[in-house]
Amino acid sequence: MKTKLAIKAGVLAAMLACAGMAHAELTIGVVMSLTGPGSGLGIPAKNGFALWPETIGGEKVKMIILDDATDPTQASKNARRLVAEDKVDLLIGSAAVPPTLAVADVALESQTVQLAISPIETAEGKDAWTFRLPQSTAVMAGGVVEQMKKMGVKTIGFLGYSDSYGENWLKEVQRLATAAGMKMGTVERFSRADTSVTAQALRVVSSNPDAVLVVASGSGAAMPHKALIERGYKGKIFQTHSAASRDLIRLGGKDVEGAYVISGPAVVPEALPDGNPSKPLATDFVTRYEKQFGAGTRNLFAAHTYDAQLVLQKVVPMALKKAKPGTPAFRAALKEALESAGPIQISQGTLNYSPKDHFGLGDDARIMLTIQNGNWKAVNP
Amino acid sequence: MDSSIAAILTLDGLTNGIVYGLIAIALVLVFTVTRILFIPQGEFVAYGALTLAMLQQGQRPGPLWLLLVLAVCAAGMQAAQLLRAGQAALLPRTLLGTLGVPIAIAALVWWAAPQQFALPVQVLLTLLLITAIGPLMYQVVYESMADASVLQLLIVSVGIHLAMTGLGLVFFGAEGFRTPAFWDERWNLASLTLSAQTVVVVAAAAALLVALWLFSGRTLYGKALRATAVNRLGARLMGISTTLAGKLSFAVAAFIGALSGVLIGPMSTIFYDSGFLIGLKGFVAATIGALASFPAAAGGALLVGLLESFSSFWASDFKEVIVFLALLPILLWRSLVTPAHDEDEE
Repeated sequence: MKTKLAIKAGVLAAMLACAGMAHAELTIGVVMSLTGPGSGLGIPAKNGFALWPETIGGEKVKMIILDDATDPTQASKNARRLVAEDKVDLLIGSAAVPPTLAVADVALESQTVQLAISPIETAEGKDAWTFRLPQSTAVMAGGVVEQMKKMGVKTIGFLGYSDSYGENWLKEVQRLATAAGMKMGTVERFSRADTSVTAQALRVVSSNPDAVLVVASGSGAAMPHKALIERGYKGKIFQTHSAASRDLIRLGGKDVEGAYVISGPAVVPEALPDGNPSKPLATDFVTRYEKQFGAGTRNLFAAHTYDAQLVLQKVVPMALKKAKPGTPAFRAALKEALESAGPIQISQGTLNYSPKDHFGLGDDARIMLTIQNGNWKAVNP
Repeated sequence: MDSSIAAILTLDGLTNGIVYGLIAIALVLVFTVTRILFIPQGEFVAYGALTLAMLQQGQRPGPLWLLLVLAVCAAGMQAAQLLRAGQAALLPRTLLGTLGVPIAIAALVWWAAPQQFALPVQVLLTLLLITAIGPLMYQVVYESMADASVLQLLIVSVGIHLAMTGLGLVFFGAEGFRTPAFWDERWNLASLTLSAQTVVVVAAAAALLVALWLFSGRTLYGKALRATAVNRLGARLMGISTTLAGKLSFAVAAFIGALSGVLIGPMSTIFYDSGFLIGLKGFVAATIGALASFPAAAGGALLVGLLESFSSFWASDFKEVIVFLALLPILLWRSLVTPAHDEDEE
């Protein structure tokens, strides 16, 4: 008995020693929009962290989450604090475009890898340390224009946010549509806090385009959609991936029936064909997330933070071979690993970062959905 | 632009304008009685709409807790005051007076929320809950500094606005809600579509205006409010409690805010932070009435609604710019026609 106990104690001691050796933990700084106009995106993104494992590559994960109030200045301040005081190995964030750009500046300056949760466009070279998890606007707009072309759309109306999200979409759709021989018609804008978009909808409807693209996010996407229907618009209405959440159906009701919504595959694993490599991951994400946060809560932003963990499980072991966490060498190794890891399977498609391309997702990372009987349905699975 | 589009825009503008008008009236009332520029007025609008949305889903709305916390704070402050004055004997009665009604209302809402009553009952519960918050807020926040300068009161208002927005996020979450229409019907009059909700808005606003007119003209409390608005010191010398007047004006303001929220809820998606912009437009309208004249404020609100509607048709990018820029000529005109006088009237 005594020898057994001694062996047990010995094993325990050895385990403790090992644990002690691997003590250097992976510190992750998160800048997220938990309040302010971006909170509808930031809160689910933060919820996605609940699905993270406790350790990545054998290192304990230590996470520091700060709220940026959807304010670029606050985001920049938070990122600076994380880098300077907490000496984080990696930055994640933010959920809305303007604060994410602010974090990207700090990432570049401090040479810390940033995993961005929104598809920011930067000047050339400014994104050297920034890797995006969402699809670029160009990829998503490509899907929208492709579908419009298939349906024989000739003129497009635009009803979107008067901010950088709306502008990016307008720019990309304009470029792709012109190339595909379509005409961009009336362009109308509104802001998130508007209580009425009747006037803008009226103008779009009176020019009678074949299809209208609504660029808005989350539950804000329902009002412009309803306004178009109320003004008697009979053509096709398209929505962007920021609207691909249950809120659109909840608020839109019967008015959003038949709408086309471009989305990442993560929110509709049911609609994916069996051979799709994203299907098992997307299914895992959706079942675990909804088990914790309730049925129908799945959304793209939580999928992005779920994906962040998949990416890290691949690249952190690679970086650990070169350096210890908490050092500049580790941060550099992480960047190198991201750029050279090759294809990484995530719930949204296949990431393929290279030194030149920090977007990584291609055309397989999108799926066109339509709303039928209050549920999502894939258009061409 | 043809006449049918102009008609649609006018109707839309007037519908929104009426809601701004209600808010403007509340702002003018609170300002004339207490000299407080009540920035959080818009928050009451959002709270009203979202509380109704919560009740619709059978959930217990968060403002319930705000009401209870405010009641406990008010009771605590009163108790401290009584103890300091050595009047401990009065304690039970005062505490019962302060805590009784809020606790009863909170308990009622707590019990009624999961029962999913019909829409009119839920609207009444919403109005009751939000209205009860108003006077308690005055008692806890403003009463002790009732004689402070307008600027100090304004700064406190900004703080309350920020706190209420933050609490709104906690209470209702980040996603927006749309409440069901009271009366879901649309009539086609030539090219114009008149929705029943517009009729409800007009009817409710008219009813409120008549009620306010009767209240201020026929009741003692209404007359006390008017007297305080004309001259605080004079009213106090006549034995009118300015504290009571302040609480009363806040109750009316909270009621008007909640009513506006309930009215606007079916027409637009309301977020926890939607109130601020709605409140600001009400403020522009109130400024047109120089924060003193109710008819001018109401007229100004209709003007703001129309301006907003037409400018979003012609130049949607600059809608907000045009609406808020309209303040400049108004302020200029006001400063030219109003003789300069000393701000601190007392």
